[in-house]
Amino acid sequence: MAHRSILVDVTKCIGCGACTEACQKSNEQPAHQARGLDEQTFTYLMDRGNDVYVRRLCMHCEQPSCASACPVSALHKTAEGPVVYEASKCLGCRYCMLACPFGVPTYEWHSAMPRVRKCQMCSHRGDKGPACAEACPTGATITGEREALLAEARSRVANDPKTYFQRVYGVTEAGGTDVFFIGPKDPVELGLPNVKSQVALPDLTWQALKHVPDVVLYGGVFLGGLFWLTKRKEDVARVEHADKGEHHG
Amino acid sequence: MVRERLSPLRLGFWWTFTGALFLILAAIAYVRYTQGLGAVTHLSDSFPWGLWIGFDLLCGVGLAAGGFAVTATVHILHLKDFKPIVRPTVLTAFLGYLLVIAALLVDLGRPWNIWHPIIMWNPHSVMFEVGWCVMLYTTVLSLEFAPMLIERFRERFKLDWMLKILKTVTPVLVILGVVLSTLHQSSLGSLFLIIPEKLHPLWYTPILPVLFFLSALAAGIAMTVVESWFSRRVFGKPIETHLLSRLSRVSVVVLALYFVLRLRDLASRDAFSTIFPLSQVSVMFLLEVGLGVLIPMVLLAFERFRQSPKRLAVVQGLVVLGFIFHRLNVSITGVEAATGRTYIPSIPEFFVSAGLVAVGMTIFVLACKYLPVFPEGPVAEVEKQRQLDAGMLPGVAHTRGVLGAFDRS
Repeated sequence: MAHRSILVDVTKCIGCGACTEACQKSNEQPAHQARGLDEQTFTYLMDRGNDVYVRRLCMHCEQPSCASACPVSALHKTAEGPVVYEASKCLGCRYCMLACPFGVPTYEWHSAMPRVRKCQMCSHRGDKGPACAEACPTGATITGEREALLAEARSRVANDPKTYFQRVYGVTEAGGTDVFFIGPKDPVELGLPNVKSQVALPDLTWQALKHVPDVVLYGGVFLGGLFWLTKRKEDVARVEHADKGEHHG
Repeated sequence: MVRERLSPLRLGFWWTFTGALFLILAAIAYVRYTQGLGAVTHLSDSFPWGLWIGFDLLCGVGLAAGGFAVTATVHILHLKDFKPIVRPTVLTAFLGYLLVIAALLVDLGRPWNIWHPIIMWNPHSVMFEVGWCVMLYTTVLSLEFAPMLIERFRERFKLDWMLKILKTVTPVLVILGVVLSTLHQSSLGSLFLIIPEKLHPLWYTPILPVLFFLSALAAGIAMTVVESWFSRRVFGKPIETHLLSRLSRVSVVVLALYFVLRLRDLASRDAFSTIFPLSQVSVMFLLEVGLGVLIPMVLLAFERFRQSPKRLAVVQGLVVLGFIFHRLNVSITGVEAATGRTYIPSIPEFFVSAGLVAVGMTIFVLACKYLPVFPEGPVAEVEKQRQLDAGMLPGVAHTRGVLGAFDRS
């Protein structure tokens, strides 16, 4: 698998919950009703009425804010697509949670050794791919190589304008993601996060971070120069003062 | 003299209060470390950063900014008049950073990994920069603080050689300190650059790092003035009013620059319109900029307000308050407003924040009592100082026998 991604076709979802069940099993969580993303729930179905069910899960951004935010790279984007987390590195600063525009990472608030929790696209399953896609009986969630899957999403939307709202969610959001949604309505109406930024958010912090070497270099020279120049002025003043003293004395 | 100023009754109250606070803090710490952050805070998945980041971290670091500003004035610009206030500001900055680290040990979910940024690098993370700045600048501050401790024991342990070394490296330390502070103050602002849609437009701006740096500078100077006044009240230490007055002139310029930059930025992003209709959020903004920036800027421009230490302290107190407002608005109000979530700190969160401030003040008072923090002089000198401050030409008031900043020369 070159670069895995996931496509969710909301029009095909019947709300059976097989994906949430498979997800819990794959991540060794106790089986439970999935009502929202939390430390035990990496995916759930939003019931939007009229038999429309919309899945939520980590979007596995192309340039993830969470991974860029993490000071120790406990979160990182693998070459295969998933954004994964290593608890052993994590400090627990929770900057990833603040940074994520999709509100995905959750936290073990009641643990003495808390971890950040989120979907890892079943990276532990290797080539078998995400359990949710395997479990889906209707093909509402499928997985595959990113470019092929995106082409599939685009062709479905273009070929059936009556069924599909003309937009593939995940193409531009936060600079692009590896999870795509297509559906009968505007994705925001469907309840997906309204992420307006089309640039990857890590670019925004980089605009400030890239100046760090300049501050160190130019700042250092400037301050050192200032020190040297004013010191000389002071020395001169002292010598002059001493001279004067001699003349008068 | 300390006894004269602090009556036994007040001292007794102070120690009882601190003692009780310590016990409560210990209880909170026990619950936090055994049952997790959720047991003591109102933090949640949708509001992962609260009072401890907004107040203890962002404000703690900012209020320590007096340290780099005053050391730079004395050791880089060679304005030696300001020497008497170097030590108190260095002490404040050092304590400030130690308390920030203490707060981090409480707030971080896995504090035993706090050292990880040393070996696990991610130069694209603002938090990585923040972590390194905390480590390096705390080291620099500890070296700048060290002479106060060494002088205390120099005779007993023959430590003069240490003082000599520290004196030689002072300029390097000060330059490092200014560079690291500039990076640290601004990077705290950069932290929020990654949430353009989770922060209200009254606070989200690409120039957040610049605003954070400038406001920290203003707050650092303000803290220096406020604490000089405090030390004068409590210890009767001779701090020269004309120095505080001159510092406050700098405040006017810094505040003016900040104010203009802030307004210009709001205008260029068309964010002014979000003030209306007036809401809780816009009131917070108006309080922050009006009470914390505009009013003190105007008042400090008048000579009348710069002549009395008390007035200076009150007006500079407003600057400190405005600064705290700004940091809390960025980290809490602005995030609440943009995301529609609410967060009210829990009582233990308040206790920890208040407790750390109390711990800081206690250590400050103890340090002032036992270490050569303030210029020393016979009581007569102090009294003469009083008279000078009271009416005579403030410019003439130079203290003799004043302790050097890092040396005793």
